[in-house]
Amino acid sequence: MIAAASPIVLTGVTESQRAFPYLTTMILVPVAFAFATMLVPKGQRWAHRAMGLAGSFGVLGIAAAVLDQFQAGDGGYQMVSSHALAAPIGLSWSLGVDGISLFLVLMTAVLVPIALLGATERTNTKAFTVWVLLLEAGCIGSFLSLDLLLFFLFFETTLVPVYFIIAAWGHERRGYAATKFFIYTFAASAFMLVGILSLVFIHQNQTGVTTFDIRLLAQTHLSGTADVVLFLAFTAAFAVKAPIFPFHTWSPDAYGESPAAGSILLAGVMAKLGTYGIVRFDLGLFPHAVVVLAPLLLTLGVIGIIYGGIVAAVQKDLKRLVAYSSLAHLGFIVVGAFALTNEALSGAVLQMVNHGLYTAALFLLIAMIYRRRGTFAISRLRGLQGSAPVMAAVFTVVMLASIGVPGLNGFIGEFLILAGTFLTHRWWAVVATAGIILAAVYLLWAYQQVFHGKPNLEDEEEGFAEITVREGLVLAPLIVLIVFLGVYPKPVLDRITPSVDQIVLHIEHAAHPSIPIEGQPGTAALRGGATVVVHTEGTK
Amino acid sequence: MIPTSTVLGAAGAHLLAATGIAIPHINYTTLLPELILLGGMLLLLGVSALSPVRLPTEAYASATIGLGTASLISSLILWRDVTDRGPFSTIAHSIEVDGFAIFFLVVVSCILIVSPMFAAGYLRRSGIDGCEYYVLALISGAGAMFMASAGDLILVFLGLEILSIPLYVMAGLDHRREASGEAAMKYFVLGAFSSAIFVYGIALTYGATGSTNLATIGAFLAHNVLTSNGVLLGGLGLMLVGFGFKVAAVPFHMWTPDVYQGSPTAATGFMAAMAKVGGFAALLRVFVSTFPSLASSWQPIVWVMAIVTLVFGAVVAIVQSDAKRMLAYSSVNHAGFVLLGLQAASARGIEGSLYYIFVYSFLVLGSFAVVAAVGGADDDRHGIELFRGLGRRNPVLATMFAVLLLAQAGAPFTTGFFAKLYVVEAAVDAHSYALAVVAMGSAAIAAFFYLRLVFLMFSDSGLPIVTQQNLSTAQATVSEPLVELPGSSLSPAYASPGGGVATLVTPSATAIAEEILDTQITEANEEAPIAVSPWVISGLMLCVGATVVFGIWPQPIVEFAHQATLLF
Repeated sequence: MIAAASPIVLTGVTESQRAFPYLTTMILVPVAFAFATMLVPKGQRWAHRAMGLAGSFGVLGIAAAVLDQFQAGDGGYQMVSSHALAAPIGLSWSLGVDGISLFLVLMTAVLVPIALLGATERTNTKAFTVWVLLLEAGCIGSFLSLDLLLFFLFFETTLVPVYFIIAAWGHERRGYAATKFFIYTFAASAFMLVGILSLVFIHQNQTGVTTFDIRLLAQTHLSGTADVVLFLAFTAAFAVKAPIFPFHTWSPDAYGESPAAGSILLAGVMAKLGTYGIVRFDLGLFPHAVVVLAPLLLTLGVIGIIYGGIVAAVQKDLKRLVAYSSLAHLGFIVVGAFALTNEALSGAVLQMVNHGLYTAALFLLIAMIYRRRGTFAISRLRGLQGSAPVMAAVFTVVMLASIGVPGLNGFIGEFLILAGTFLTHRWWAVVATAGIILAAVYLLWAYQQVFHGKPNLEDEEEGFAEITVREGLVLAPLIVLIVFLGVYPKPVLDRITPSVDQIVLHIEHAAHPSIPIEGQPGTAALRGGATVVVHTEGTK
Repeated sequence: MIPTSTVLGAAGAHLLAATGIAIPHINYTTLLPELILLGGMLLLLGVSALSPVRLPTEAYASATIGLGTASLISSLILWRDVTDRGPFSTIAHSIEVDGFAIFFLVVVSCILIVSPMFAAGYLRRSGIDGCEYYVLALISGAGAMFMASAGDLILVFLGLEILSIPLYVMAGLDHRREASGEAAMKYFVLGAFSSAIFVYGIALTYGATGSTNLATIGAFLAHNVLTSNGVLLGGLGLMLVGFGFKVAAVPFHMWTPDVYQGSPTAATGFMAAMAKVGGFAALLRVFVSTFPSLASSWQPIVWVMAIVTLVFGAVVAIVQSDAKRMLAYSSVNHAGFVLLGLQAASARGIEGSLYYIFVYSFLVLGSFAVVAAVGGADDDRHGIELFRGLGRRNPVLATMFAVLLLAQAGAPFTTGFFAKLYVVEAAVDAHSYALAVVAMGSAAIAAFFYLRLVFLMFSDSGLPIVTQQNLSTAQATVSEPLVELPGSSLSPAYASPGGGVATLVTPSATAIAEEILDTQITEANEEAPIAVSPWVISGLMLCVGATVVFGIWPQPIVEFAHQATLLF
């Protein structure tokens, strides 16, 4: 069981608190900088930007320290800190990091400064900076929370900044898109809140302890029906947030109407809150229901892959194309999560990070095109390669990563997911593979139309500026990470795998309680398989 | 404490003894919060009547704030007594002094501290800056306190009337406006009607149980089984109607939008807070603590009431184009949430309801204060479109309003989130899962109209909507100096709408009119007269501060509500 053996102190000082509270600091730093930015008088644009960058780079620094402190072989929660926030309710400030949340936090810490640097928003920089920093705090808080209610608080907190970012700095239909986004996700969270409370009361009836601590709640014995119902209640929120196929209708609008920074953070970070929730809470808390309902979720994931690919192929707007391609890629992550094998789950976690990186790069590039031409319409862009070869090259790299070409990060994640899924759910894996072909179709098609060919006559007069040094510097870290993770993912997988193994063990143990946790032959074989895959990739 | 005889005098005691009426022992110190309010009210009335100079409204406001603070302090002293010695009752068990009552005493005191800050400037603007508002507020507050601590149905009824009658007057305070008078009339007629129903409910309950004392009724029901309890259930049902009217639960909410809209905005905020506080205090005490044995009978009714209140309030608020009406329906939605706690009929439910009411009072007071500030001198600019661009015209006001609205929507790290969480928690605990889901769903619907207002405030395209009106006034200003025709006695006001005179003006006049119009538009945008006095700002700071601070650190209020329920 996950970290259940060790006694958990919910109040007072725990052992690990004598160390520096990295995780708490990581959440409080952006909040502090957001408030400091509020105090800077209006009109000081550079001061606001500097505050935003200082805050987000501060977080990046702390995240790097956390990565340094992180014990690679340990699958449990590390750097745990717990304080009571509202004792009668049972709410506590419990934070911890494991292999699954570690890289999502790092990815957030990387993407926020890039979003701030890449932001072209010229109006009201102050408010923009404040919202982005608060969003960062909300996202990191969600990834680190070990308390279900605290998670829910952070999870919901993220809605407010995103709402304002879309509503204030978005494109034409921003009001509509922002409100749609808020209502959809807020309504879905309603089910999760009721689910959380039900779970807590069931736990309270069994043990007499009122707690939202997921390490304790994971030990709750649930009847078959309760398990399934609670699983569905949680999944409703995550399915909308991610989004999973039938619940995605808000996302093309929200992604499409967002400003560049908003799209980057929405697709890069916010979408991962949904998939992270699935891995952490659905798999961690409801192992029985997961086994029962996995085929349903796998099917939805596969439909998302195919549907997202087909719809992306017919988009006339670059931004909406990436939005639908995100639906397809998140479908892969969902498939990986519900295949219930070590490889697939490791791949899903890795793919969350990968998707964040290349989608952010894609949105940045599209924003650069928009800045030059003032349009997202594919039909009005042609032959950009001639005047901007470097941008075309960068776009190619990012696009190939997104398609899943070997040597770039997208391949590793998708390969692990498909390989792992093939072991347990063959036909789903087969159909999902078709999605990779679709990705090649729509991305290459779009690339061909936008960059190849002869530019229109009036466009030629207008010209198309090459990528600037500044833009290049913003993109550079993403490209480096995309290539690095594609060539040498071992250090990342080494840290993800132990935590993933624990979750898979937890589910297998729940499915067959008679089998002892250690020394289960099937698991060992699977783990061996995962290691083999890691080495294969590592030697590339 | 003062012996009865010293107060009444020996002769009075003799007289009463002769009539055979036993005078119960009265512990005056326990009534201190109510007595402070009522005594202070008399003092205010006396001072305003006898003062040789007309006192500024701020003086009355300060006095009311002082009285509120005094009653807050005395409530907290009582709280210490109760935590030390446990709950007790006085005046022949008709006044209960327990944690539950004191929680409401504190809430009422807080409302009395905050609302004068919002009222002062408004009353001066509207030319109703006498002491009336404050006197009425103090009486009403005392009524709410009596309702909260009433241990006897008769006292509940008295409290209800002491609470309501000042509110009827307050609704009609702005006698120059027809809408205000209409609101007062509606509120009074419907309120009187519901009071009558309520009294009939008390009568039936008395008939069924032989007492009006809540403790006695509770004991009677605990020790006896009624073979046919139709009369008692009828009484309960009628009382629920009376309470439902006060707290604006559907289907007894019909008065809410009209009265909220018509009343002077400063009174609306107070009314929205105080009537709910008083109504819910008595509702919770009577139903949960006195009739728990009948819970299986009244819970389904409350369940239905809660669902329709939640959904109706949220859905109808969406289509409102007037901010006051929208907030009225939103307050109906809030009432539904508090009913969730009642429906649970558990200690957790009461805790949740207490917390919700506490939070709601601050939110609604602050929200109506902003609406009053935006409403302008005539208190008639309440269209939702008029909030467009408030973020530029007055960023501080807009930001504070945004926080209050987001809190009402239940955004995390505001008290609004914990309030909703608390009552939904209670509903889940009582296995009312459907109710919990409906409640959260209604919160999502409600989020739509709160956010729409927030979006409007911070959206940029702040073009004036009343172009036609501006044009005609601009033309009027132009035509006035130009139309100096000999023998023309037409007043400009008469001249401009007809257009006949305007056509006499040279073509260049239209150009001038447009020019003036342009400057007017810029003026309307740049320096739209949103008068926000330091009083209003400090009041809003209190509301927003409480919302955010206790949203991030909920422990103190949660603990207070928890203890209040333990000492019930």
